[in-house]
Amino acid sequence: MSDKPFAITLDPGSSLANKTGSWRTERAVYVERQPPCNHACPAGENIQAWLYEAESGEGGYARAWRKLMEDNPFPAVMGRVCYHPCETSCNRGQLDEAVGINSVEGFLGDEAIRQGWTVDVTREPSGKRVLIAGAGPSGLSAAYHLRRLGHDVTIHEAGPIVGGMMRFGIPKYRLPRDVLDAEAQRILDMGVTLELNHKVTNLLESMQEGRFDAAFLAVGAHIGKRAYIPAGEAARILDAVSVLRGMEGEEKPMLGRRVVVYGGGNTAMDVARTAKRLGATEAIVVYRRTRERMPAHEFEVEEAEEEGVMMKWLSTIKQADEGKLVLEKMELDESGFPQPTGELEELEADSLVLALGQEADLSLLDGVPGLEVEDGVVKVGPNLMTGHAGIFAGGDMVPAERTVTVGIGHGKKAAGCIDVWLLGEEYEPPPEHELASYDKLNPWYYADAPRTHRPQLELARRSSTFEEVRHSLDQSNALYEARRCLSCGNCFSCDNCYGVCPDNAVLKLSDAAAANVNGYEIDLDFCKGCGMCVSECPSGAIKMVPEEI
Amino acid sequence: MPYQELKMYQTGTFVVGNRLLDPDQRSVQARVDRSNALTSGHRACQGCGEALGARYVLDTAMSATGNQLIAANATGCLEVFSTPYPESSWGLPWIHSLFGNAPAVATGVAAALRAKGRDEVRVIGQGGDGGTLDIGFACLSGLFERNDDVLFVCYDNEAYMNTGVQRSGATPPAARTATTKPVGDEPGNVFGQGKNAPLIAMAHEIPYVATATVSELRDLEAKVERAMEFRGARYLHVFVPCPLGWGSASRDTIRIARLAKETGLFPVFEAENGEVVSVSKIRRPVPVEDYLKLQRRYAHLFGDNGRPDVIARLQEIADRNIRRFGLLGKDEGPPGEATDAAGLPPGQQGPVEAADRETNLMRLLAETHHGAQ
Repeated sequence: MSDKPFAITLDPGSSLANKTGSWRTERAVYVERQPPCNHACPAGENIQAWLYEAESGEGGYARAWRKLMEDNPFPAVMGRVCYHPCETSCNRGQLDEAVGINSVEGFLGDEAIRQGWTVDVTREPSGKRVLIAGAGPSGLSAAYHLRRLGHDVTIHEAGPIVGGMMRFGIPKYRLPRDVLDAEAQRILDMGVTLELNHKVTNLLESMQEGRFDAAFLAVGAHIGKRAYIPAGEAARILDAVSVLRGMEGEEKPMLGRRVVVYGGGNTAMDVARTAKRLGATEAIVVYRRTRERMPAHEFEVEEAEEEGVMMKWLSTIKQADEGKLVLEKMELDESGFPQPTGELEELEADSLVLALGQEADLSLLDGVPGLEVEDGVVKVGPNLMTGHAGIFAGGDMVPAERTVTVGIGHGKKAAGCIDVWLLGEEYEPPPEHELASYDKLNPWYYADAPRTHRPQLELARRSSTFEEVRHSLDQSNALYEARRCLSCGNCFSCDNCYGVCPDNAVLKLSDAAAANVNGYEIDLDFCKGCGMCVSECPSGAIKMVPEEI
Repeated sequence: MPYQELKMYQTGTFVVGNRLLDPDQRSVQARVDRSNALTSGHRACQGCGEALGARYVLDTAMSATGNQLIAANATGCLEVFSTPYPESSWGLPWIHSLFGNAPAVATGVAAALRAKGRDEVRVIGQGGDGGTLDIGFACLSGLFERNDDVLFVCYDNEAYMNTGVQRSGATPPAARTATTKPVGDEPGNVFGQGKNAPLIAMAHEIPYVATATVSELRDLEAKVERAMEFRGARYLHVFVPCPLGWGSASRDTIRIARLAKETGLFPVFEAENGEVVSVSKIRRPVPVEDYLKLQRRYAHLFGDNGRPDVIARLQEIADRNIRRFGLLGKDEGPPGEATDAAGLPPGQQGPVEAADRETNLMRLLAETHHGAQ
């Protein structure tokens, strides 16, 4: 400086000596908030993370699928049968329409089957042996995760084939069997020992014989609940589980031309739609409350109605005789409970199918000390362990919502907890991240993009064949849909923080590093704490925290 | 299944970077090797719109000229906060002389370069709204009419901020400044005064005139690049909110700039040879209140003794801009521009019609709101 005239010439960039970071009372900090989709997912998927990978398209699909497979080994099944609470909670729903997460998941699952992608076991064999009772969604999911954790897994399945309720409870038109078989086989190919037609009757004995260190019970709930209905000798009464199970055999169930289904859940819809496809001219659902109070999901009711299934609300069945039923009309009282009115009517019916829920067969637990059964299901702790050390349980046989996704989630969680237990450690629930609610986002930055809806099979073919009703997405619209993701609460490398800082105090680590999440760093030497990076971050992945002064 | 055109990049060109776009489609500001022509350590306030705008403009110009660039700066915040003795934040040859003569200095630099046959070196003159619209205006008009080969950039923060927020020829009506107190029948700055520098520049029929804001980076960069394609006099007017002078939160600088454009109060357009060639359409129409209420310089218009009548007059100004510049409707910008990113399927209602309806609704709501007060 001294060789230049006073105050006339200054060296370029010499202001770097002035560390304006000292002005700051708050600093910007990169965070990872929990996206609402992840928060809502019963299977514990990191949806935002796999959508992030899928957004790249091409090679991104395989990365997305692998990310997804870290939590859920059934993407293709999920893409068809999951009731997607993720979409219900999706922040994009407040902008235009929720991201079609479920359809992208189905696409990735199908792509994996087409390309033959597999998952390797990377952990060293532990030498520990785990018995799984039941090869349904929960048991298979647990088997998959336990294998990845290096444990030996043997499944004892009472039935002749794997899949559980995915096969015996969900009709083909919602879940084609080749899809189910492919995903189940991929798990078995990871080195799972499977014994079919092997019902566990004495659990402790089975564990001792097989020298198992732990057991995971997931036998499901396969016994259809009956209600007492006075019936003539010739009345044909079946239960929904048997009807749907019968669909998997050679001999299809004989339901007749006029079929009445009693109940208002998803299973009732499944049976009524199946009856239509079997040739019934009339399939009528009788439910004692109103449509608004039906437990069935809205889209299932809609699709059933489109296919010609008729609904009789506010009715109970008083009596069943050959060829006809006696119904009683109901009305809702102030508290919303249906009350009888005494008004009767007759309804012609060749058969009556009861879809009143299912119960679990818990006979395998006889003689196991410490187990507690309440309301027909097994009590478990937060780590899914029953009252008997080393015996865990999940899926429909424990208290929870009975869906495939919940079952798969239980399988994953149980595997983690069994692993911890086998290592002799204490289970600690993972720390909860702060929720990335809509108010944390800056939605200005997202391009306008209406949702892609999955095409459906023509109506004419829906009521006569068992072809899949909802088509899958293809490469192009799956990419479009994935890119609608707002990436709530997590950095997706948009460079906004790097661009909007008036003080160049956000460092972009390098192009390569920034391709990965959190490729930025706040330069605390110069950050004045204005907060612009926080307010202009589209996804709410930065927050201001007070400096200690 | 409706036809679905595939042209969706999640955030399109709204964000600075966007990893889904090819690197050459990303902004200059997204580059690791951007020149940072105005570098760290400057003494601008937290959240300074002018510091941000100056870096946006100069980095783009540096990139467009291969770093062959000289800047002449008027007195003002930009000069003071960037060069307190013995430091300078500038990363390019930069000269400051007086408050009023920056355009003349720039002309002189350009003339010297021409005399030396250094055509590849380009010249930028820059200053705030005071130095540009008021004190340096004669020199600027001279630069324009002689069509000197200079891009002059005005960073408009609507008052003399460096000296303590006094009114300038760019201060909007009703705004409180140190010299336009919020008292009397017409609180704040009066209606019907001030000047519109971009339109005056256009009247000189110079090759290129444009307006931009710090909230639309891609648009701003495209305009600087376009400006550097011309020889002769060019003028760029950049809207830069001032947290200190406007009484706004430092984190809201870009948000306020965005709202200035979305309300229609600051029309964003470009003109070549005296004719408007494109305008940035409003994407999410909002009433002027949304913009005003974030700034304490308009606080006297709200609350118990608020002035809905004055707000209505400001809304009229916005509405006039919307009519005059055609700020509503479909954006017909070149491919890759912001609104093209969605790629709506034909036959589906785009954001534009929705925007129209929304505006009418907003207007109605705004009017009802005024009536109630």
